[in-house]
Amino acid sequence: MSRKVELSLLLYGLLLSSMGEEEGLHQTQFLDTMFVRGLKRKCFDGEEDIEGTLAGIKAIPSYNLQRQSLLDMSLVKLQLCHMLVEPNLCRSVLIANTVRQIQEEMTQDGTWQMINTQSTGQASLDRLVSTDILCRSSRDQAEGKHVPAYGTFNKDFESDQAQDSSETMSTASSVQAPRNLQSNVWEMENPQENKGNFQKSLDQIFETLENKSPNSVEDLFSEVDNSYYDLDTMLTGMMSNTKMGHCDNLETFSTPTNTASNSNCKSDLNDLDHIVEILVES
Amino acid sequence: MSHKQAGGPPGESAADWCLYQLNGAAELEVSEADIISTVEFNHTGELLATGDKGGRVVIFQREPESKNEPYNQGEYNVYSTFQSHEPEFDYLKSLEIEEKINKIKWLPQQNAAHSLLSTNDKTIKLWKITERDKRPEGYNLKDEEGKLKDLSTVTSLQVPVLKPMDLMVEVTPRRIFANGHTYHVNSISVNSDCETYMSADDLRINLWHLAITDRSFNIVDIKPANMEDLTEVITASEFHPHHCNLFVYSSSKGSLRLCDMRASALCDKHSKLYEEPEDPSNRSFFSEIISSVSDVKFSHSGRYMLTRDYLTVKVWDLNMETKPVETYQVHDYLRSKLCSLYENDCIFDKFECAWNGSDSVIMTGAYNNFFRMFDRNTKRDVTLEASRESSKPRAILKPRRVCVGGKRRKDDISVDSLDFTKKILHTAWHPTENIIAIAATNNLYIFQDKVNSEMH
Repeated sequence: MSRKVELSLLLYGLLLSSMGEEEGLHQTQFLDTMFVRGLKRKCFDGEEDIEGTLAGIKAIPSYNLQRQSLLDMSLVKLQLCHMLVEPNLCRSVLIANTVRQIQEEMTQDGTWQMINTQSTGQASLDRLVSTDILCRSSRDQAEGKHVPAYGTFNKDFESDQAQDSSETMSTASSVQAPRNLQSNVWEMENPQENKGNFQKSLDQIFETLENKSPNSVEDLFSEVDNSYYDLDTMLTGMMSNTKMGHCDNLETFSTPTNTASNSNCKSDLNDLDHIVEILVES
Repeated sequence: MSHKQAGGPPGESAADWCLYQLNGAAELEVSEADIISTVEFNHTGELLATGDKGGRVVIFQREPESKNEPYNQGEYNVYSTFQSHEPEFDYLKSLEIEEKINKIKWLPQQNAAHSLLSTNDKTIKLWKITERDKRPEGYNLKDEEGKLKDLSTVTSLQVPVLKPMDLMVEVTPRRIFANGHTYHVNSISVNSDCETYMSADDLRINLWHLAITDRSFNIVDIKPANMEDLTEVITASEFHPHHCNLFVYSSSKGSLRLCDMRASALCDKHSKLYEEPEDPSNRSFFSEIISSVSDVKFSHSGRYMLTRDYLTVKVWDLNMETKPVETYQVHDYLRSKLCSLYENDCIFDKFECAWNGSDSVIMTGAYNNFFRMFDRNTKRDVTLEASRESSKPRAILKPRRVCVGGKRRKDDISVDSLDFTKKILHTAWHPTENIIAIAATNNLYIFQDKVNSEMH
């Protein structure tokens, strides 16, 4: 097995083992509860006063947090398509539509900090995404040790901080255990680089959606794939094996596993790619 | 449905389903290649074809009923197994092309041979299945092994005679319809004219002639000029059973489009659009995903269409575009679990649906190896399970119940105990009798109605 694939698999294994399944299950149960408890009606009207109704329910994060989680999950899913043998176009389109829906709602709420003040119906998606990353990193700095991976950043949140923070703190403490692990993982590598790579992958996705070539959606993943195939023809077989391995891990989810670990893996793979290429060439 | 109505309305009594046959290995570790990916009866119900992820097709044939045991209806025995598709590699895109058989469709039988179409993501193949049960013996120039005889030993002429031999089933690929699709083929449908068929991928539908492999007509193209604008894909399509000019295709946004090929060469403009307005009280971020239609089937009568989306099956009247005439909840208890199901990708599972021969009962699969049947006349429904533990041969299947909280009866299963890895995506109903084929991962279950085998 090539050294590069070995390293990738080793790192992936480490990431997976550091993320227990319980944390993931814990998290998604919260998300399910959020969606279930009649938040739907009020939430999706865009009303922000659900915090009042939530006062008694400590364990449920705010609607913004829930929406942000869903957005993050969706973006990771789009990225994860890199790992599959062939992307399922229907699934990708449905996830992309969900992402757009969330971003549109966030735009309407004014929770999305727009660089561009244009009010066109469809603002450029990659601009929206980059705002997300920027805001999150700045919020992380503001919060200090309280570094949730799913951070909200909207200005409403900050203005309601007095009212909100107690709830988020309590929610955060109950999910502190999983999120500490997450933030540790984020900090394992250079966090800026991680975000940069994440950013790069997202830009790739939306650039290719804008691409006019007929097979652009398949091309989504060819950029990353080609770097592997260039190295070694044997890697082709290896790559499909490792891909299948990843899929197996994903597909044995009857208890949901934290998908953020996979996005870390992806950016780590990109780093490894770069490192090994340097090593090989020298 | 499995409870006989005492003193109820006259007519067909409810069916009692029992396991007739179970094919497939019982190992815990299932090889991925053995996972059944499609099931289809032929037009008489004599043959049943299954395709799997490894690109193989297995055809079962029903044994003729034995006169000695009239209640022991014919078994489905393996008739033929062949490798339909092989894995391929697309060098241009650096992507593998899976050999998984997505769909099998039988052609109506026109002579002694049977024919079927099988397709993977990219290539459709026409297979001819013939039987050979005689062979000629007594050649003049060849001996028994086929070697040429020494001519000097031939002193008289004989006429070769056909002698019986063990039945041999031969399967040959007659046509290969390749390079017609850029995207993944999700459906094929043979036209009632028996000359043409269509194949649909995510963005386009092509019309082929069964005898011509080097070209096809594109009849639907929903690919936007700018892929950034792509928001909807084709999920399934089917020809009308009687009108050779009509076909329907479903989309990921939950709409159905009925198209008439007489209207224009490119049927991008539908003749009818079937769409149910969204229920605002049930709106969530997952509304669109769960409205995506995974399967569409015309009724045998041609009057109705059956669609399956994530939580329901719906019956549509071709004459009414505004809403379905009937909606049945398959597993509404999953509505509160959509986020988990989104995370583990189960929300993207594509379940199929089926009509019975008289269009009075519809069937679809669910999780935990459950499948559901809805009687359109009595409005009764039943949940049954396809598993080794709960199916003893010839024993009547017990209805299952999923409890959502509240009162829990003895054999109920709670929503949280459902096994989402055991999904019944592919089901088929015999064209005339109460026989159903259920694919559960790598196992093929055949259930029959114990008492009635004929449809009224």
